[in-house]
Amino acid sequence: MVLAALLVILIILNICIGSVHITVREVIGGFTGVEISDTAKNIIWQIRLPRALAATVLGGALALSGYLLQTFFHNPIAGPFVLGISSGSKLAVALVMVFLSETLTHISSFMLIAAAFVGAAAAMGFVLLMSKAVDKMSMLIVGGVMIGYICSAITDIVVTFAQDADIVNLHNWSKGSFSGISWENVTVMSFTVFVTSAIVFGMSKPISAYQLGETYAKSMGVDIKLFRMLLVLLSSVLAASVTAFAGPVSFVGIAVPHLAKRLLKTAKPILMIPASFLGGAVFCLFCDLLARNLFAPTEMSISTVTAVFGAPVVIAVLIQRKRGR
Amino acid sequence: MYFFSTEKMSVGYDKKPILENIEIGVERGEILTLIGPNGAGKSTILKSIAKQLDLVAGTAYIDGRSLSDISRNELPRRQAQVFTGRLNTELMTCRDVVAMGRYPYTGKFGILSAEDYRTVDEAMELVRITALAHMDFNKISDGQRQRVMMARALCQRPELILLDEPVTYLDIKHKLEFLSLLQEMTRKKNITVIMSLHELDLARKISDKILCIGENGTERYGTPEEVFKDDYITSLFHIDIGSYGESCDTLELEPPKGEPRTFVLAGMGTGMDTFRKLQRQGVPFVTGIIYENDLDYPIAKALAAHIICEAPFSRIGDEKLDEAKCWLKRCNNIICCRDRFGDWESGNQKLYNILTNMRL
Repeated sequence: MVLAALLVILIILNICIGSVHITVREVIGGFTGVEISDTAKNIIWQIRLPRALAATVLGGALALSGYLLQTFFHNPIAGPFVLGISSGSKLAVALVMVFLSETLTHISSFMLIAAAFVGAAAAMGFVLLMSKAVDKMSMLIVGGVMIGYICSAITDIVVTFAQDADIVNLHNWSKGSFSGISWENVTVMSFTVFVTSAIVFGMSKPISAYQLGETYAKSMGVDIKLFRMLLVLLSSVLAASVTAFAGPVSFVGIAVPHLAKRLLKTAKPILMIPASFLGGAVFCLFCDLLARNLFAPTEMSISTVTAVFGAPVVIAVLIQRKRGR
Repeated sequence: MYFFSTEKMSVGYDKKPILENIEIGVERGEILTLIGPNGAGKSTILKSIAKQLDLVAGTAYIDGRSLSDISRNELPRRQAQVFTGRLNTELMTCRDVVAMGRYPYTGKFGILSAEDYRTVDEAMELVRITALAHMDFNKISDGQRQRVMMARALCQRPELILLDEPVTYLDIKHKLEFLSLLQEMTRKKNITVIMSLHELDLARKISDKILCIGENGTERYGTPEEVFKDDYITSLFHIDIGSYGESCDTLELEPPKGEPRTFVLAGMGTGMDTFRKLQRQGVPFVTGIIYENDLDYPIAKALAAHIICEAPFSRIGDEKLDEAKCWLKRCNNIICCRDRFGDWESGNQKLYNILTNMRL
């Protein structure tokens, strides 16, 4: 498919382009292990490849998380970022980073994910409580954004009181960035994200029934309670794994599922799930490429770039919906 | 034994019963309709039978088996549901929506086989929406949507279909079309239908059984003939402004108040338009002499301040004529709706002669 081809091309581009230029031949050389300088090899294996893989996996996870949330809330502009879930996990991760880094010398990837998940789940809990109280979908989003602001504010306070050494790291991360990803990170995130995504794919049948609404899904034999719980859990895990490693990344979750839908001209989950994942990966790789290189050597935060491309998509969706009615 | 029946069934929310001790029984291929005022619990009963809500007490049986013994996976193959309320789908064609009905039959990933698609197309043909197959579900009319949802339900190959106010948002043409479709399904496929309706006139015509749910719970259960008598509907809905006439399903507004000064000579259905016009103008009136089986009679009964009436097919007696003359004296406005009279109603002929003389 087009998306898969785009993905491969973008991964290669992401490895090639940077402050040190690497030719495509060198990249191929790097993989096959022939005629290549040590510097190039280092750059490829230690910096660019893990970063590109992270952007791929996390981008996919974000888009899929967004797709699940949109399905769950029957709300076209739901996503982990606007609903405050990303910010919730950001807060939890920041707390762990600041308070535990004094006692522990090394914080493992799993701990980061666990912390992020707790934060995401807590934020999700608030959003769910809110969704019971308000039935208007616009209000749900406003509430989610508020939760996001509260969490960000607390994160800022935590960061302010953190020790100097932590701040540099935290500051970059809390704005969202794919930089500084290690191979250990990549392994853990890939494992988490792929397992979760596989479960999501396995749920494509009940998700398709859920498109007709809860009552109809139930009438066709879907165990609604279990299904809803799984949706919440899986979308939280996906959003949490992103935040744990790359900080909060905006708009990928909202925008990509819509782009995928337009591309496929269908909303069938069995196609939408892989398409959202690939789409998210492509989108994030592309944005990371720009974030790194547009104003090199200064690196932009990834959210800056995703917002530039993502926000117009959201606006377009809203306008189109209005017209469709 | 009934195909569907309930035994001391109580329904409600959160274990608090709204309606208790419901006992109904329906044969295969019959139509059971729930009627009653808003908020009485029609939907609650439907949701409970649909297993969307847990029963508070008692049991419901489908084909001799208790509803609670039928598994989540089996139920959709026996029972399908059509709900009111708008669906918001995205990029789904009507065929996609209909195909959802195959859900209980498809495998892990819900991929439809050629056989499944044959069932889908058959169902669409049956409800005559084949032409809509590739239209966006969001862009079709309410009547068409309801048919699509019906086709979807049929794809489940159900023995029982539950519908909650299926024709509420449809115009009369589509109301009739949809209910005819239901009737056709009960005849062709021997499907049993349980639904709620607000359209009393239609409920009376299509239903084999009617369950009336009033403010104090289930009140009457039986055939339409058993339900629509003794002015029961008026009490079921607590109608106190205006009236509902059982004999001919006549729904009339409140009669004008005051001393009648207008006399209408009517009969043979010639007077009803005049009666309603006078009602609109707020003019109280007397009418006569009308046979009790006349088309005008139920409307006159609902709107007139007084009716001078005679037993069906009998000669109009002198005392009735005198009564009419008596009322005439008090009236200053006379309306004649007809000028030809049958052999038995010479009384009306005489009345007519008096009226025309008075006018001159």
